[in-house]
Amino acid sequence: MGDYLLMNPLNFPILSTAIFVPVVGAVLLMLLRGETAIKVLALVTGLVNFAVSLVLYAHFDPTTHLYQFGEFSRWIPSYNINYVLGVDGITIFLILLTTILTPLCVLCSWTAIQQRVKEFMFCMLIMESAMVGVFCALDFVLFYIFWEAMLIPMYLLIAVWGGPNKDYASIKFFIYTLFGSVFLLVAIIAIYLTNGSFSIPEAMFKDYSFSFQFWVFLAFAIAFAIKVPMWPFHTWLPAAHTEAPTAGSVFLASVLLKMGTYGFLRFCLPIAPKASAYFAPYIIVLSVIAIIYGGFICLSQTDMKKLIAYSSVAHMGFATLGIFSLTIFGFEGALLQMLNHGVTTGGLFLCVGIIYERTHSREIYDNAGLGKITPVYVGFLGLFSISSLAFPGTNNFVGELYVLIGTFTGHKVAGFFSIVGAVLAAAYMLRLLKQITWGREDKRSIRDMNVREVVYLVPLVILVFWMGLFPAPFVHTVEKTLVHLHGQLEVFFR
Amino acid sequence: MKGFVMTLLPELYMLVFCIVFLLLSLRKGREGVYAWAKVLSLVGLVVSLVSINARDSLVFGAYQVDLFSQVFKILIAYGLAFVIFMLGGKDEIEEAYLAEYFMFLGFSSLGLMMLVSSAELISIAIALEVSSYSLYVIVGLRKGQRTVQLEAAMKYLFFGAISTGVMLYGMSYLYGMTHSTFLVDIMKALPDFLDKPIGILAITLTCAGFFFKLSLFPFHFWAPDIYEGASNATTTFIATVPKVAAVGLLIRIATLASSSAAVFVTILMVLAALSMTFGNLVGLVQKDVKRLLGYSGIAHAGYVLMGVLAMSRDGNASAIYYMAIYLFMNLACFYVVILLSKTGENVSVKDLAGLAKRAPLLAFTLAVAAFSLAGIPPTGGFTGKLFLFTSAFKAGHLSIVVIGAVNTVISIFYYLNLVRMSYSQEAGVARPIKLSFHEKALCCVLIFLVLYMGIMPYGIMEIIRAAV
Repeated sequence: MGDYLLMNPLNFPILSTAIFVPVVGAVLLMLLRGETAIKVLALVTGLVNFAVSLVLYAHFDPTTHLYQFGEFSRWIPSYNINYVLGVDGITIFLILLTTILTPLCVLCSWTAIQQRVKEFMFCMLIMESAMVGVFCALDFVLFYIFWEAMLIPMYLLIAVWGGPNKDYASIKFFIYTLFGSVFLLVAIIAIYLTNGSFSIPEAMFKDYSFSFQFWVFLAFAIAFAIKVPMWPFHTWLPAAHTEAPTAGSVFLASVLLKMGTYGFLRFCLPIAPKASAYFAPYIIVLSVIAIIYGGFICLSQTDMKKLIAYSSVAHMGFATLGIFSLTIFGFEGALLQMLNHGVTTGGLFLCVGIIYERTHSREIYDNAGLGKITPVYVGFLGLFSISSLAFPGTNNFVGELYVLIGTFTGHKVAGFFSIVGAVLAAAYMLRLLKQITWGREDKRSIRDMNVREVVYLVPLVILVFWMGLFPAPFVHTVEKTLVHLHGQLEVFFR
Repeated sequence: MKGFVMTLLPELYMLVFCIVFLLLSLRKGREGVYAWAKVLSLVGLVVSLVSINARDSLVFGAYQVDLFSQVFKILIAYGLAFVIFMLGGKDEIEEAYLAEYFMFLGFSSLGLMMLVSSAELISIAIALEVSSYSLYVIVGLRKGQRTVQLEAAMKYLFFGAISTGVMLYGMSYLYGMTHSTFLVDIMKALPDFLDKPIGILAITLTCAGFFFKLSLFPFHFWAPDIYEGASNATTTFIATVPKVAAVGLLIRIATLASSSAAVFVTILMVLAALSMTFGNLVGLVQKDVKRLLGYSGIAHAGYVLMGVLAMSRDGNASAIYYMAIYLFMNLACFYVVILLSKTGENVSVKDLAGLAKRAPLLAFTLAVAAFSLAGIPPTGGFTGKLFLFTSAFKAGHLSIVVIGAVNTVISIFYYLNLVRMSYSQEAGVARPIKLSFHEKALCCVLIFLVLYMGIMPYGIMEIIRAAV
């Protein structure tokens, strides 16, 4: 076992548990009959896995940058491929985000999904397993398998349960992401042939030649930029988001997009530090373009889901901006921004799903003027909206502040332009909110939210304020890992 | 004598298999033939598994029984058994010819088993012909069609004859240069000729016979037509088992050139690149599932060549591993085709619409196989491709790896189309397809094999690495 892994302090392999509990749940699902039983089992599986990840968090040691809860077993010895799992400050919250969203997504699909409930829940649980696996894997092949395996259930979620244009959206999603991933595979093989091992931590901070770093960075960056998605690779996102069922949109926005930025933090920076510094200005330019472009496109949207999808492009622009500012503040801000975006945008998509179930339309006009008809709903939507525009006191404010501090230390112009983007965010979110609340006068009878819907939004509301008002524990947990990463990078830049 | 029987057990068993069906074909009645075939093919599989440890060198070294050949014999026996179990019963082949059909399948398998053991040019040629001639006959045996199967049989015969001719031509050069037909002697003498055009020409032409079996560009012309024209079960056999054996022999021949092979490797690389690109691009526009799989087979011939052209143990092992997984994923695809066409007709991509509702298990089998053909983890297709890419990259052929990677993306479009049709399209009239227990079981076995080879390549890969 490598010295980068800390032994698991628990008496059971907790990471494998977190990965395989959903798989077990999914297999059990297949044996059940009766839709309610299936939904309940899926919910229970999601909750159990959330409990597992809470145990993980409770035992997480924020005072080390090493990978914790390490698991190591040989898998394909002839190619030195191993089953290695570990968690550090970068991934601990991403795992928690995934496991908390899964039960919420099951709840939000309770009545929205009418057909093939069993297969739907099966896909959801397999998705969860793959997503947790991506964040835990410390072996390139293992990582790649989870990374790609995710495509299949996600594709099915869109293609089978999606909206009217699902055919186009699902294929575009699949081919776009696969296109990025094959270059990732080539880069992985290149690293393996250089190091003789598929281990991710062992590949970090090696003194590779610049040209090697250059190509590896490019190959990685294409895959991750498509996943984030960075401008100009974002075109699959609005289509996929719009057509996916609510739960699929939430998974896409809240977790899948994070894998792109996670990839930048975990692979690009430590494996190709010199190339990262070389490419940083370009990526910063792309990020700023994404922030401003996303903002302007949002201003002209009439479809609620599309608006939120484009706002994701802008928000993820802040995350990549933070990462490639190459400062500690930037890293922390980017990580917070990833979590914030997961919580807030997840909440927004859930809100759209709630109203879609009632009016069967995602058009802003069809859903306008709800302020008097469904006050509770508008309250939740308003809350997530102002969180999305980074209102002080909400989670996004903290993340964007950190990112901007990081950006202004090195790139004042970029910082200036991203502030413009932040103003745009206020403009389009408030426009949406205004329309939904007061946009129409006519009286319609639309049912307000029921208890189930309140139940699955409340956890996210709590997180919005918790991370907005008391970000210290979150920053504290991730700090050590990011400071170590930054320190290692400094060595290379000097 | 006993030792002799034990070493040649799989081959002798296949011979008995053929004789049994020859006798059965003389009978008046046809009842029980299918049951016999199932039982005997299973026994054949067991026999080939039992004799994995046989080692001998017969006929002055012309016939090698080693782990390499035994692994291939197991794969061939697997393929034969699967094809026989998949055969839709009476609807595909005229019942009157059923016994002969099995006999020829047996002869073809026998030829292929001999082929992978041959280490001498004349034995190679004879074994190849034994397997080919039986196939020429059974391509024509298809029920309910008028001309299409005859056209396919004729085409197959002509293309096969031409490629055999080319191969013999190349062999004559090899003999002329090295004064021996034994691969061992050729291997010793050949390096002196490999930097001259004649050496390259000889070895490339010799490979042509196997390129033909493998349907590698530019020897691929037969594949789509024969796939379309032959009955579904026959196509399943032709698309899988001979290709496995062809790769085996290709590896044996290619190792001849391994010492100084720059030009030969370049030729292989160009062929591989053309083959996968051509196969995938043409595959994009196919409407008939079997034709589509034909082009997919051309593309996969290109992929598997990446392992051969690495000219290393790793490369050869990954090529064999890929062929094993190729066998299973193709069997799974074709099985869905066979089950869908209850009366033995061809299946078009459109016919797949709504399959997920009509028969969820079939749709799932097809999805697993299609994702595996495309190389998406956690299926075996991915693991196989990972090994192939790694070994080609290790040998310094980055360009072919990149071409292969780009081709993966091209190919996903039509593989995904199969999944898309069955999952997100609705059929006009959605008649559910009833599957019998043994059909369900076979689907599950194939799904399991494809996934198992993806997730747990360890044990199988170790055996294969020991064999090369």
